Amino acid sequence: MQPIDQRPTVLRMSNVNKTFNGNVVALNGMSMTVGQGDFISLLGPSGCGKSTALRLISDLMVPTSGKIDWEGGHEVGDLGVVFQEPTLMPWATVAQNVWLPYRLRGKSYASVKDEILEALKLVGLEKFQNSYPRELSGGMKMRVSIARAMVTRPRLILMDEPFAALDEITRFKLNNDLLELKAKINCTVIFVTHSVFESVFLSDRIIVMAARPGRVIRELHVDEAYPRSEEFRTSAEYAAYCRQATDALHEAMGVAA
Amino acid sequence: MSIAENAPVIDTDEVRRQRAKRMEKLGRWSLPVVVMLATLLLWDRIVVWNEIPHYILPGPGRVWDSLVNDWGILWEAGLLTGKITLMALGLAIVGGAGLAILFNQSRMVEMSFYPYAVILQVTPVVSIAPLIFIYVDSKTAGMLLCAWIVAFFPVLSSTTLGLNSVDHNLRDLYRIYGASRWQKLWMLQLPSALPYFLGGLKIAGGLSLIGAVVAELVAGTGGVGAGLAARIQEAGYRLNIARMFAALTLVAAMGVFIFAALSLLSHLLLRKWHESALSRET
Ligand SMILES: Nc1ncnc2c1ncn2[C@@H]1O[C@H](COP(=O)(O)OP(=O)(O)OP(=O)(O)O)[C@@H](O)[C@H]1O
Ligand SMILES: [Mg+2]
Repeated sequence: MQPIDQRPTVLRMSNVNKTFNGNVVALNGMSMTVGQGDFISLLGPSGCGKSTALRLISDLMVPTSGKIDWEGGHEVGDLGVVFQEPTLMPWATVAQNVWLPYRLRGKSYASVKDEILEALKLVGLEKFQNSYPRELSGGMKMRVSIARAMVTRPRLILMDEPFAALDEITRFKLNNDLLELKAKINCTVIFVTHSVFESVFLSDRIIVMAARPGRVIRELHVDEAYPRSEEFRTSAEYAAYCRQATDALHEAMGVAA
Repeated sequence: MSIAENAPVIDTDEVRRQRAKRMEKLGRWSLPVVVMLATLLLWDRIVVWNEIPHYILPGPGRVWDSLVNDWGILWEAGLLTGKITLMALGLAIVGGAGLAILFNQSRMVEMSFYPYAVILQVTPVVSIAPLIFIYVDSKTAGMLLCAWIVAFFPVLSSTTLGLNSVDHNLRDLYRIYGASRWQKLWMLQLPSALPYFLGGLKIAGGLSLIGAVVAELVAGTGGVGAGLAARIQEAGYRLNIARMFAALTLVAAMGVFIFAALSLLSHLLLRKWHESALSRET
């Protein structure tokens, strides 16, 4: 994979501000360039504007000032999203849920059946395509959500604390699976998390943010090639990166390291 | 002693739970039947012991006789009342759900008309019915209108609630994926509203029967023939109390039937995915 600074640009945020109700500054002068193949973690304390940044990128709200530009313009389907909750339609089967991004673009099920099955295979749920969400465990639901986000092979996938509500064992498992997925399809991801360990394990760029006002204070790079294995989790490098990220997070929270 | 010898451990707790479950299942059906039989017996005894004349309170046997002997008349009346009830329910579904979708799509329309829907609902139908029969010539149409007025509101209000109860993350997701207004309505809001709609429907089923009965009482007999309510009234004038009870039994049976049918419908539509239809192993 190319070094971080040589990757083609996917999206550029320049000096983006977002203010709520005229006084709550959720995001102050955020600039960030997302390169193709980046796995970016937004790491920071509660209220530092991580979700706000994702909502701005996904056009759910407009910035108070500043610009967000997609390289070469963009269209619906450039983006895939995963929320903290699996956010599946309970009345639809697993396969129908994964079909959604295509369906909303007018594609019949038959015409994208192969893509849907392929996506389900990637998250290991091809056997459950006809199940309903309520028959699945929390971790499996989250996999369906991930399959839905990547089925169209979007240029960018946004994940807002996708594993925060899961138990640690499931979370570790999904971390590994996500990395495997990343190695297979080289997706570009912005991943919001509160966990230093998760951010170091998953991403190659960690953007550390601080609250009141929400802003970027530092960027760290994790120079460990994908695919990463479970050994990385116990390596000395991993510990060193975690140390760096923890220091940066402490700085963000205004605590001496 | 080997492990295999005591392998089939009998879990006494499990056995007790199984037995409790069986009892519960049995009781659900048998207890109401026992209560009914006991009531009928008591009723019969009270009538016999106190020598109450049948034109004041007939015993259950006389009511049964009336049910059998007057079956022709009663059945015909039941068909008429049933027809009005079902037609009113159909209109309540179309009108209630249709208005809910219209209100949901246009805030302006909702603000303009919702208050009147409420007014129509809170005004007792018995007080509107006589006016309706002055202006509406067709008796059937008048009865339908009365029953509809009573029945449409639960469908309207619960469907409205359902259309607005879409999970906010799903709503965002649809927006991000560029869903059109119709896709959002059809693929997201209507399925979300279905459980609410079905809840309203169960209430509307009972109310349309009430509406039909009230309308009949106001409209009186003649014209299109007499329904069950008119038969009750007429039998009352003739002090044929047994027939009153017989007709009343039919009305109640009809109400129970409608409720059961709607519950079944609801179960069939929701059993695959909705929490309310979930049967957990406990
Ligand atoms: N719709 C809104 N209206 C008003 N204030 C908002 C709104 N959304 C977010 N905020 C405020 O903006 C700030 C940033 O919120 P945001 O949700 O982006 O934080 P976050 O980093 O995602 O936090 P968390 O880690 O708790 O999810 C917070 O102070 C929050 O109260
Ligand atoms: Mg957040």
